[in-house]
Amino acid sequence: MVKIKSLEELKRIKEQAQNSVSLRVKGDNIENMIQIRVAMATCGIASGAREVMNEFVEALGEEKIDNAVVTQTGCMGYCYAEPTIELTMPGKDPIIYGYVDKAKVHEIIDKTIKHGELIDGIINSQHKTIE
Amino acid sequence: MADYKFHILVCGGTGCQSSNSHEIMEALKQNVADAGMAEDCKVLMTGCFGFCEQGPIVKMLPDNTFYTSVKPEDAAEIVAEHIVKGRKVQRLLYVDPENEEHVSDAKHMEFYKKQMRIALRNCGFIDPENIDEYIARDGYAALAKCLTEMTPEEVIEEMKKSGLRGRGGAGFPTGLKWQFARGYKSDVKYVVCNADEGDPGAFMDRSILEGDPNSVIEAMAICGYAIGAKYGRVYIRAEYPLAIDRLSIAINQAREYGLLGDNILGTDFCFDIELMFGAGAFVCGEETALIHSMEGQRGEPTTKPPFPAESGFWNQPTNVNNVETWANVPVIFLKGADWFRSIGTEKSPGTKVFALAGKINNVGLIEVPMGTTLREVIYEIGGGIKNGKKFKAVQTGGPSGGCLTEKDLDTPIDFDNLVAKGSMMGSGGMIVMDEDDCMPAVAKFYLEFTQEESCGKCTPCRVGTTRLSELLTDITNGKGTLQHLEELKRLSEVIRDTALCGLGQTAPNPVLSTLRTFEDEYIAHVTEKTCPAGKCQALLKYEIIADACKGCTLCARNCPVGAISGTVKNPHVIDQSKCIKCGVCMNNCRFNAIVRH
Repeated sequence: MVKIKSLEELKRIKEQAQNSVSLRVKGDNIENMIQIRVAMATCGIASGAREVMNEFVEALGEEKIDNAVVTQTGCMGYCYAEPTIELTMPGKDPIIYGYVDKAKVHEIIDKTIKHGELIDGIINSQHKTIE
Repeated sequence: MADYKFHILVCGGTGCQSSNSHEIMEALKQNVADAGMAEDCKVLMTGCFGFCEQGPIVKMLPDNTFYTSVKPEDAAEIVAEHIVKGRKVQRLLYVDPENEEHVSDAKHMEFYKKQMRIALRNCGFIDPENIDEYIARDGYAALAKCLTEMTPEEVIEEMKKSGLRGRGGAGFPTGLKWQFARGYKSDVKYVVCNADEGDPGAFMDRSILEGDPNSVIEAMAICGYAIGAKYGRVYIRAEYPLAIDRLSIAINQAREYGLLGDNILGTDFCFDIELMFGAGAFVCGEETALIHSMEGQRGEPTTKPPFPAESGFWNQPTNVNNVETWANVPVIFLKGADWFRSIGTEKSPGTKVFALAGKINNVGLIEVPMGTTLREVIYEIGGGIKNGKKFKAVQTGGPSGGCLTEKDLDTPIDFDNLVAKGSMMGSGGMIVMDEDDCMPAVAKFYLEFTQEESCGKCTPCRVGTTRLSELLTDITNGKGTLQHLEELKRLSEVIRDTALCGLGQTAPNPVLSTLRTFEDEYIAHVTEKTCPAGKCQALLKYEIIADACKGCTLCARNCPVGAISGTVKNPHVIDQSKCIKCGVCMNNCRFNAIVRH
């Protein structure tokens, strides 16, 4: 380890280390977080769910949206529309988007997450999340 | 660096470790790796979550799911269901005893609702063996602030303004203590952390050192800057091996970062910490005895003054604070003295950690703002008395404290209120007793403890506690008289007024407080020779009700000393001279024909 010789260096270490605990800080306040769950069963992964998930993590990071968490879930049953994601805005019912690709990820972030605007691709409006 | 999408936190406190939490962590890691998710899911061990009753605890993030009583063989299901498929494992969730609903988030549990964690802020949140995680939680920012923006005098002023009082028991204002130590001029001064936690049932200091050792290190460095000391010592009992390990790791990491050592953060402030091990003598929690023990002498107290601030370790000015006190210090500088003052009560600001034990549903470690009532602690956080029994008393302050009863339940807890009620804060042990606990026996338990732990230096304590304990033994054996009670009281007062140090002066407290509030029970022991709680074996009598006895012979066959005689289908009789009062006959009787009185 390199010695910390000033306040600035301490701050720099703090910023680097922040990543390692930020997930826990968010978890402490999960009710107020935007939650994105990517269906990652075999069909999802085969259709590119992993890339979609990584794209979400990166794009949210670039956009500096730090009140969001991205996790994976099992098969949601919409295998015809993979990759599918479930988006839950704080205090709202979850929405399911199907046929999500990298471009769609950015559209979801720009419109739904930032402005609460629903876009094409919602595949089941009656959806209920399974705990 | 890979961004983990899940964190699995496994409790690494001593309680959960003894229930195999290490194996749970290894099993989780293995399963995560087998599922091909090692890059997405981080498994780590943290300090104590406090809910020891339900341990081992495993916490899942980011969804904040709290799994209880986890076993190593549950790891596969947790990973396959929760991590891979995103479904909670219902059977491992906490079940609310009120409405039998599963509660997945700790925030919705009664146990956590009224808590406020300042000293325990990082316990169960960070990896205590990784200083980066502490830094990520604003660690060492308070030290940096003190070193770069404040003079030592300003640091002391801020401490005084915060009103923080020593959490070791006596409640002496910390800022004032620092000021005294600063006031004495010397080239060599010492900052000492008192980690000689000895009250039966109390384990907050151990948990802080195990869960967040850096907070203590940082606070000691701040104090070093304030009083002008370069040397820090942690006096810790050798029977806390895990705390010693974690603290040693933290000290080494802090040294590597230059947060301990010479020219800390580029300033001319130098400070380093060494560990010193105690052999686990209760009296060494007293600061003068602690210092003697550190010097390699017998752990015996000396009269104050001189106070350690004037002449302490190697006769140099020394400031001693307790672990929990230290853990509060960095937060005060980060959030300000005014913020700290806004919590708790006017004369006792801040929070206090309590170790709940005894006949209570939720045994564990809790932290609440000062001024919370005993009722809230016992019934809301603690979940009430075990097995629906009736509350009788709560013992606070350990062997130096006293018992509080039903009528004291609505007292807001702070240093002064507890003393006014005849008990004390102590280090925060809270032992809850129900209707089955016998108060003279409780007093006897504590007296045996202090008698054993007395260092023997002064006569009132050495001989006095022995005599007290003998008197109590007589009373609980049915050999007591009213004279015994008079003698108990008189002797207690003499010891209180004449013993050399706090151990002896407070040793009679359990006797005086139970004698005051449960005098009837003492009188029943000496005049009627009965134990109302049914605890003192020597005073019990088992009898067979002839009308109810069917002569099944079960009691006679189970009696370990052959005290029961009788023929089949005829009422049996207990020979009182042989009976050892073990109660086996009563537990076995199917016709409720045996009574105890």
